[in-house]
Amino acid sequence: MLTIFKKEFYSYLNSFVAYITIGLFLVVLGLFLWVFPDTSILEYGYASLDSLFNTVPYLFMFLIPAITMRSLAEEKKEGTFELLATRPLTDWDIVLGKYLAALTLVLFALIPTLIYYISVYQLGVTVGNIDTGAVIGSYIGLFLLGGAFVAIGIFSSSLTKNQIIAFAIAVFLCFFAFSGFESASQVLSLQKFDNVLINLGINEHYQSISRGVLDSRDLIYFLSFIALFLLITKTILGGRKW
Amino acid sequence: MSISVQQLSKNYGNQKAVDEISFEASPGKILGFLGPNGAGKSTTMKMLTCYLPQTSGKAFVCGFDISNDSLQVRKNIGYLPESNPLYHDMYVKEFLYFVGNTYHLQNLKTKVEEVILATGLEKEQHKKIGQLSKGYKQRVGLAQAIIHDPKVLILDEPTSGLDPNQLIEIRKLIKELGKTKTVILSTHIMQEVEAICDEVIIINKGKIVANNSLKGLLAEHQETSLEPIFVKLTK
Repeated sequence: MLTIFKKEFYSYLNSFVAYITIGLFLVVLGLFLWVFPDTSILEYGYASLDSLFNTVPYLFMFLIPAITMRSLAEEKKEGTFELLATRPLTDWDIVLGKYLAALTLVLFALIPTLIYYISVYQLGVTVGNIDTGAVIGSYIGLFLLGGAFVAIGIFSSSLTKNQIIAFAIAVFLCFFAFSGFESASQVLSLQKFDNVLINLGINEHYQSISRGVLDSRDLIYFLSFIALFLLITKTILGGRKW
Repeated sequence: MSISVQQLSKNYGNQKAVDEISFEASPGKILGFLGPNGAGKSTTMKMLTCYLPQTSGKAFVCGFDISNDSLQVRKNIGYLPESNPLYHDMYVKEFLYFVGNTYHLQNLKTKVEEVILATGLEKEQHKKIGQLSKGYKQRVGLAQAIIHDPKVLILDEPTSGLDPNQLIEIRKLIKELGKTKTVILSTHIMQEVEAICDEVIIINKGKIVANNSLKGLLAEHQETSLEPIFVKLTK
């Protein structure tokens, strides 16, 4: 698994995928947080990073599928999956190696945003006037959210040989998993199940962790969400039907 | 016997790609696997390398069952797939290191150097795979198949698309490897079989129609070359 992880990670670094996606992510995020008045922290006037944590999930929705779209689709298209599958590697090695490589890249995208925390920390009227607990919780939430999106991305990539299709499916699934369930719960005929539906969505659990309380239910939700998508991916690969 | 295949079958839907074939192969001999397009050669090789699961039957590689001990089987096999898929944006050396790592090889550096030398890739070793000509890509494919010194080599059309000089070199290399290993290779070139193979299996529509030593086959049909025999058996 480590071998696959290394290969994938280096290939992200060598192919500029990493620099472009992370760079764009940081540029767009910077614009939203400091320049565009609607979401700017400076305009808002409170020492809080809420606007960061509300924006990033929507950026991840596009960024992560862009990172993961080639991971399995390309192996299938080029036939190199046959090279991997005939090595002494299990399908789990392949799926997990690819999953963790993409997740590490997402983590690398998040780390530079800590600068925003330091900035806001310093900008507070009394320095340090920021709810650090909530920030830590939110970062854990973002990381778990990233983990869930990467799992969706890898899954979409296993469905097809075409990277664009993989990207489109992943964006849709990420969006739906994040806020689709919540919106669906407002449909009149579904209101009987609104509680169930809201709890199926990622946003509910993400918000809950963002409050700074790490509830085991939320953690279990994210871990089982990720496990489910990786399991389906592994099953699809095992079928070798392409 | 390092390869033993017993009534192996593979169905794609209703179509029988491989139909209850049985054969054996032993070390020190090169087995030529012949047949028209779509006869089931590649499918058989994919089953032996644990890429595709068989529909029924059994096969053993170095004593390991391909369905129950697939990790052990894969450790002992070197495989060059038909289309020679490679990572085009990797460097030759980087790729060979990656492949070596999947086998957890010791002394990887020397192994990579040895294999580069053996396949004549010295001049191209610092290039990206995507920049190489077809013949050199083929050598990289061969290099990744032999880097872990496998007991069994399965080569699916290893010489397709090579120029005559490269053909001779690659054949020489395969012949050299065949002295100690079990080699199965598929090809459409009859002269190639006559030049390097010790044993011949001809497969048609998923069934074996001939399984003999090269000399035995020629004697049996009273011919001096394989081509008429091939045409007769696979028409």
